[in-house]
Amino acid sequence: MSTEYNGYVTAERVEGAEDGPLAGRTVAVKDNISTEGVRTTCGSAMLADYVPPYDATVVERLKAAGATIPGKTNMDEFGMGTTTETSAFGAVENPVAPGHVPGGSSGGSAAVVAAGDADLALGSDTGGSIRCPAAFCGVVGIKPTYGLVSRYGLVAYANSLEQIGPIAPTVEEAAELLEVIAGPDERDATTRDAREEGSDYEYAAAADGDIAGMEVGIPTELLDGADEAVVETFWDAIDDLEARGVTTHEVELPSVEHAVEAYYVIAMSEASSNLARFDGVRYGVSGGFDGNWNETFARAREEGFGDEVKRRVLLGTYALSAGYHDKYYQKAQDARAWIQADFDEALAEADVLASPTMPVPPMELGESLDDPLTMYLADANTTPVNLANLPAISVPAGETPEGLPVGLQFVGPAFGEHAVIRAGSALA
Amino acid sequence: MSDDSEPAVDPEAVSHVAGLARVDLDGDERERFAEQFADILAAFEALDEVPETDQEAQLANVMRPDEVREGLSQAAALRNAPETEDGFFKGPPVS
Repeated sequence: MSTEYNGYVTAERVEGAEDGPLAGRTVAVKDNISTEGVRTTCGSAMLADYVPPYDATVVERLKAAGATIPGKTNMDEFGMGTTTETSAFGAVENPVAPGHVPGGSSGGSAAVVAAGDADLALGSDTGGSIRCPAAFCGVVGIKPTYGLVSRYGLVAYANSLEQIGPIAPTVEEAAELLEVIAGPDERDATTRDAREEGSDYEYAAAADGDIAGMEVGIPTELLDGADEAVVETFWDAIDDLEARGVTTHEVELPSVEHAVEAYYVIAMSEASSNLARFDGVRYGVSGGFDGNWNETFARAREEGFGDEVKRRVLLGTYALSAGYHDKYYQKAQDARAWIQADFDEALAEADVLASPTMPVPPMELGESLDDPLTMYLADANTTPVNLANLPAISVPAGETPEGLPVGLQFVGPAFGEHAVIRAGSALA
Repeated sequence: MSDDSEPAVDPEAVSHVAGLARVDLDGDERERFAEQFADILAAFEALDEVPETDQEAQLANVMRPDEVREGLSQAAALRNAPETEDGFFKGPPVS
């Protein structure tokens, strides 16, 4: 089942167990999540023929819960992009805003849900890659607290930042899918048991829309510089929430002004190390057998990697190289700690924080490819959350006058998925 | 490496890093990346304004008993390799 908007890289059905909470439902899986016997390309020519010998933990859990996997969804190469245009398998078009990007990097996952070609989908979010496409396609996406969902079988881009999470038409359905995939896994030592963190896994029950009395903080920094139509749609949604008993106050998070730089330095540095494994020997594009191994590896990587991946691997290598480590990587870690402290403080006075998910509406296809820095800056509102390890949800908030979807993001305290789900369920 | 605060990025510097990262680039890529890297690194300069911040390491060792478990079979492990020989991965010459 291919789609005219190029949502799937591989449309191969995998049937799950007969019974379970997801029986009778289809859950599309982002193509950087390993599926035994079904190729997993990461949107890269490097892995065009790679067939994993095992399932990711989340895929095992989907199958056990009775889900049918209709296919593997298109994505920015290795998750590196904000538009799903860097895929070696071609760009994805936004099914609800033709001529525009679906957001990225989980653009295929959001697109198949928005178009009704899958009931639900899994994405991965390193710096906004679930929330951005959810916002741009008018659906719901949840980035879980770091450690809530196992990353075993997720092809690593930046391990310290990324989480797998659900994309769905409604908050309640996203919460149901989160219930299936959340929980500790001995094969991912960074997972934690929510029950030992003062929480539980009853997420769907929190999607009750009961927001009266909720306190919502609004970080002013995340509205500064945002597109006017986006800001207007955001305030309309906040007015709606206030009419239903929510109180709001402005908060200041001065550290988040540095989130994009800190995110890109950390993510690129981790990527330069993680992607070193792609040398064309155990899997991937071979560089042949002429010359010494440095030469053949460099040839394999020239051939197998696209532009954005090369950019990030090179910049990450640079940021970690002798003489620059303290200037870039260490300062980025300082920024990360500062951002975490700012969020802790703000969330001591609020149940959740609210902002536009993206500062801009969906870009036109092709608009941002030649200008990587502008594309990076579009991640201003999503990257702080990954740096702080916190949970966040993006829900549809309305449309611009041109009819382009606008998403609203709620951020909660660590293992406070219930709070962002409850707040989100008032809107979707 | 220098301590200059302004990163100078020319095609030769891009080539040097590409060598460290084991990625071949053609001439066009070197030129284009040099321009883009100058912009991106200039934006990263803003990190200079970040104050030193205490970082609480929330790290704990996660261990399990060292028991033998079934792993991938040799055939499954080799299945994605572009070339194999006598049950091994085939790599390029080391030298």
